[in-house]
Amino acid sequence: MYIDVDNQKTYIATGSKDHIDGNMGMTFIHGTAMDHTVWTLAGRHFARRGLNILAVDLPGHGRSEGEVIPSIEGMADWVIKALDASGQDQTIIVGHSMGSLVAFDVAARYPDRISRLAMVGTSIPMPVGDVLLNSAKEDKKVAKEMVNFWSHSQAAHLGGSQVPGTWMIGKLGRLLERSGPGVIYNDLKACHDYVDGIERSKGIEAPTLLILGEDDFMTPVQNAKELAENIPQSSTVMLPNCGHAIVNEAPNEMLDALATIV
Amino acid sequence: MAKIKTFDFDTLSNHAGQRPDKETGSRAVPIYQTASYVFRDSDAGAAMFNIERGGHVYSRISNPTTAVLEERISALEGGVGAVATSSGQAAVFNAIATLVDQGGHIVSSYALYGGTHNLMEYTLPRFGITTTFVDPNDIEGFKKAIKPETRLIFGETVANPKTEVLNIPEVAKIAHDNHLPLVVDSTTTTPYLIKPFDLGADIVVHSATKFLSGHGTSMAGLIVDGGVFDWESTDKFPQMTEKYAGFHNLSFTEEFGPAAFISRVRNEAARDFGACLSPHSSFLVLNGTETLSVRMDKHISNTNKVVEYLNEHDMVDWVSHPNLKDHPNHDLAKELLPKGSTAVFSFGIKGGRDIGQVFIDRLDLFSNLANIGDAKSLVIHPASTTHQRMTTEALEEAGISEGLIRLSIGIESVDDLIEDLDKGFRAASKALKK
Repeated sequence: MYIDVDNQKTYIATGSKDHIDGNMGMTFIHGTAMDHTVWTLAGRHFARRGLNILAVDLPGHGRSEGEVIPSIEGMADWVIKALDASGQDQTIIVGHSMGSLVAFDVAARYPDRISRLAMVGTSIPMPVGDVLLNSAKEDKKVAKEMVNFWSHSQAAHLGGSQVPGTWMIGKLGRLLERSGPGVIYNDLKACHDYVDGIERSKGIEAPTLLILGEDDFMTPVQNAKELAENIPQSSTVMLPNCGHAIVNEAPNEMLDALATIV
Repeated sequence: MAKIKTFDFDTLSNHAGQRPDKETGSRAVPIYQTASYVFRDSDAGAAMFNIERGGHVYSRISNPTTAVLEERISALEGGVGAVATSSGQAAVFNAIATLVDQGGHIVSSYALYGGTHNLMEYTLPRFGITTTFVDPNDIEGFKKAIKPETRLIFGETVANPKTEVLNIPEVAKIAHDNHLPLVVDSTTTTPYLIKPFDLGADIVVHSATKFLSGHGTSMAGLIVDGGVFDWESTDKFPQMTEKYAGFHNLSFTEEFGPAAFISRVRNEAARDFGACLSPHSSFLVLNGTETLSVRMDKHISNTNKVVEYLNEHDMVDWVSHPNLKDHPNHDLAKELLPKGSTAVFSFGIKGGRDIGQVFIDRLDLFSNLANIGDAKSLVIHPASTTHQRMTTEALEEAGISEGLIRLSIGIESVDDLIEDLDKGFRAASKALKK
C-alpha cells in the first residue's frame, strides 16, 4: 500500500494483509539498490501471524518516490517518519545489508520505538572497495554485476534455490538492474561512510539477532563478530554454505531465525 | 575495467540447479517420484500454502527433480525462473493463458510448428482468443496487426520446418513500443545457439522433448521468464498487476517484482491446468542438458555438410536453410546465430509428394517419424503429417509445399547419413524415370 512520508508517495508491502490497530509492527529494510520484494516470503509469514508488516521501499527505490537519502542516519530518520505515517508506535525492525545498518541506527537512536532488532548479512563498519565504489559512481553496469556476483556464495552461483524453479542470480540481477541512475552509488557510499556504528552498538537496548552467511564475501563474518560482542543482548545465527544474499539463498533459515525473536 | 567471471555455459548445463544430495551424496539428480511432501508441522504446512517458505507441496505445482531442470534452463537462458510442463505444447498454452483473457488477441509469425498453429487458429478462438498471423520477414506486418486487445507477440526463433529466422531485436522493439511482451519458441535453437533474452525477448518457451532432452525419450516443455518486461507500464495485464482473488488478493508484480510472470504461471497455470512434468521425465531431460553443447555442435556440423550435399544434388529442387546465401535470412542468421542456426530444415524433392514418399521409405538411418531434435536423424513429410490440419491456403502461406521434406539431422557419422540420403535419391530417381 502507499502512504505519504514527507509529502512523498511511499510504498510499503504489508504481506498481503491489512494492518490491525494495536498490533505489533514488523518493519523490513532492504539492501543496496533493492526493494521490498526481497522480503516477500517473510512478510507474508509474519503478516499471517498477526504482525503489522511494513516492508518499505526507501525513497528513490522500488515504488517509492523521492530522492535517495545519502546517509544511513538520514534513512533511519526517514524510517521513523514512515512508522509515524503508518501509525506504528513500536516495531520489530529487520534489515538486510545496507538495511541492517539503517535498522541498527534506528534502534540506536530511537530505542523506545524498537522492541527487537534483526540484522541480516551485516557488519559494522561496512566498507566498500574502491573498484566497486568507483564503478558505481560512474553508474557502470558492471557495478550491479559485482554486487550480484559477490552477494552470492560460490554454491549459489550454481543454484539450488529453496524457491522452486528460481534462478537466484538472475532474479537478484534483474532487481538490481531496475534501480535508477545513481541509486547503487548512493547506497554503497552510505554504507561505506557509516563509521560510527561500533560506538553506538553498546547503546542498543533491544534484544538483537544477527543472521550471517558463513560464505559472505560482501560483509565477511569476521567483521560482524566485534559488532555482536558490543551489543549488550545479542545472539547470532550462522548459516553454512550461504553468502551475503541471505534473503535469496536461505529464506527458510532466515524465517526460522526471525521467528525466534517474534 | 573490472570484469565479472561467472560460470560458463558448459558448467551451468551440467551443474546449475543442483546441489549434491545432503543425505546420500548422490551426484546425479535424484528422481523424487512422489506426489507430495510431509510438512514439518502444521504451521509450516500453512506457510507453504501461503508462499511464505520455499519448498514443495504437491508435484503438480513443483517437484525437487523438476525444480533442478527449471533452474538449469533458466540459468542457461539467463532468466529469473522457469516452470516445466508436460510438453512443449503445454508450455505454449500456459504462457498464452497466463497473459491473454477472453477477448484477447495474439500477433504471431505464421511460420510455426503445426501444433502451435492449430492451437492459435482453431482452438483458442473457442475460448475467445484470436490470432493474426503475419509473415515473419514483414517486420511492419507485426506492427500493423496489433489491435487494442493484443496481449502478446509470438514467434519461433528459427521456424519449423521452413527455417525463417525471427528478427528478435526488431520484433521486440515493436512489441515493447506497444507495451507487449515478445514470447519466442526456442525449441529448435536451444540456449546454446541463441539467447533470446539478450536480444530483447521477454518469455521463452521450449519443447524440451527435442534438443534439450536430445534422445527422443521424454515429452517435456518449459516456460522461462526473462524478468525484464514492465507489466506495470500498461493496464493490459491486470492478471499481473491487480489483486488476484484466486490467491488471497495477491498482486504478482507487487510481491514478486522481476519474477511476477513466472510466479503467476506456477500459482495459476501449473496449479489450475495441471500439465505438470513427471519427475522421471525431468531426470531424462536433465541428462540431455549435460551434453547439450557437445550434441548441438555435432548437430550443426553434420547439418552444414548435409545442406551442402543437398544443395548440389540434381534430385533436389530447393533447400531452405539459413546457411545458404539465397535464404532470405542468411545475413540475419549469421548475426543472431553465429554458432549455427538449426539442424531442422526442409528441402523440395523433384517429382513432388509421390516421389518424396519413395525417397523417405528407402531411408534406413533417417527414421520417418513425428519428432525433431533427436540424437538420431529424422525425416518426415509435413504436408501429410505434422501440418495436415492446415488448409491448402495456410500451407501455402507457411511455405509448406506438397514436395517438402523435413529433416532433423542427428549426431551419427555424417558420411553414413549422406550415404543413406544417396540411397533414397537413387530410389527416387528411378521412380521419377518410370
